[in-house]
Amino acid sequence: MTEILVLVDHVDGDVKKVTFELLTLARSLGTPAAVWAGPGYSDAAKARLAEYGAEKIYIADADEIGDYVAAPKAEVLAHLVAERSPAAVFLAATGEGKEVAGRLAIKTDSGVISDAVGVGEGFVAEQSIFGGGVNVHSRVTRGLPIITVRPNSTAPVAAAGAGAEEKIEVALSDAARAARIVERVVQEKGGRPELTEAAIVVSGGRGVGSGENFAIIERLADSLGAAVGASRAATDAGWYPHQFQVGQTGKTVSPQLYIAAGISGAIQHRAGMQTSKTIVVINKDAEAPLFEVADYGVVGDLFQIVPQLTEEIEKRR
Amino acid sequence: MNIVVCVKQVPDTATERKLRSDDKTLDRDAADGVVNELDEYAVEEALRLKEAHGGEVTVLSMGPARATETIRKALAMGADKAVHLHDDALHGSDALGTSYAVSQALKKIGFDLVILGSESTDARTGMLAAMLAERLGAPQLTLASKVEVEGTAIRVERITDYGYDKVEASLPAVVSVVEKINEPRYPSFKGIMAAKKKPVETLGIADADIAADQVGLANSWSEVVDFAAAPPRAAGTVIKDEGDGGARAAEFLASKKFI
Repeated sequence: MTEILVLVDHVDGDVKKVTFELLTLARSLGTPAAVWAGPGYSDAAKARLAEYGAEKIYIADADEIGDYVAAPKAEVLAHLVAERSPAAVFLAATGEGKEVAGRLAIKTDSGVISDAVGVGEGFVAEQSIFGGGVNVHSRVTRGLPIITVRPNSTAPVAAAGAGAEEKIEVALSDAARAARIVERVVQEKGGRPELTEAAIVVSGGRGVGSGENFAIIERLADSLGAAVGASRAATDAGWYPHQFQVGQTGKTVSPQLYIAAGISGAIQHRAGMQTSKTIVVINKDAEAPLFEVADYGVVGDLFQIVPQLTEEIEKRR
Repeated sequence: MNIVVCVKQVPDTATERKLRSDDKTLDRDAADGVVNELDEYAVEEALRLKEAHGGEVTVLSMGPARATETIRKALAMGADKAVHLHDDALHGSDALGTSYAVSQALKKIGFDLVILGSESTDARTGMLAAMLAERLGAPQLTLASKVEVEGTAIRVERITDYGYDKVEASLPAVVSVVEKINEPRYPSFKGIMAAKKKPVETLGIADADIAADQVGLANSWSEVVDFAAAPPRAAGTVIKDEGDGGARAAEFLASKKFI
């Protein structure tokens, strides 16, 4: 079967869960080949990629690939596309994944589909657009299909692959070295899972009332091993850092479980979380629009309900 | 500094948005057209950079005739002049075709800095800035929450999943912004009146050296196969807290095996 290239999403040598989802998806349509671009490759990374079905691992681990924004990874992939003629390229629908995909599409004169929630036979991609209101099937008609897939769209399933390693050297162009990353500033809180790939997300909004009060949201999240999110009202007010904003102008999340406390659910917010599998809403306003999409809603004071819920969860653990 | 700010007219997210049943493109007549929200932050940032460093702000918008409404809004905020990339041949262009057409227009206009919102609320590909940088061979400074220019050096803070990256490059460059970056100003009455007198140049594909076989629905690199309204979510259970709301929510989570 033909190879499907999967760009490995990794930070500090750790492979992100979305990569295993992409390998699982690629396995259903062809032969998955992982592409490691950037520093930090290790035997541990190899073992994880092979565990999820990578038959091949292309390794371009020159340090400088990680030193510039998006462009070097697109050049690594373009090199492989030219050399190996894969059937498709899958990337994570993250900020950077989408940018790499866009650049790759131009380099290879190929179509690109962004933010798929599924990919079927013939690389027909499913997308959920307009804040979850419309489901679309699209396909690439020129070049090879380049598809970014939203994290949590596929359950990662282990299935051993050969993991045959192949080192590749790519001489970066001057254009790829145009935007230099001079410092990475880590603001992630505590050891929580990352927002876009967490299986459970607990978000707080205007009803939380202050930055200090977000502690009760964090305690609920920690009881579930969840990520913490925030509505735009909460990040605009400075109660929670911007990179945790869920919504139209923030992160799109699609976890197994989404718990929203004190969020009324304007379209802005719904656009970022409506494809979550199960939604639980806690709000004192019974008319809050988010109750319309809730699988389970509790109308009442979040300062009573959230701590009680946290306590019950801890009791059951 | 010659700043070009790209703005897009999009259907208002507060209204029902649709695709057309005939050619499966966005139905622009079904909803009110508004300025793509993140592009207003791009306009604001362009105006602030101009105020700090001098120069001129040009608005560039690709779209149908009614996109002039969006152009006027950006002019009313304080941009100096505008270019409307408008040609029936552009209808239905996908991200590749759009990035090609816009990059050709940018070459025609000339720029030290291109600024746009990091994504549109309609297509939401989040790719246009990266594609423009690729096509123009310019540095890509995207997802910026802070922009600083000093001479020909540009520095941004780029939002990441773990915090932010500090990124440096030289002008000319392409910047996309997130909404954390600033607070867009409202057009003043004076600004609205002044906008009516500001020059808006309309470019067709021939004027901008855009090859007809690279744009439009028929030449897109991807196609919509089919679409349908998402089935409404089955109505869930909503209870009123009687002092045991948290415990009952826990019961629900347990029934779904989350705990």
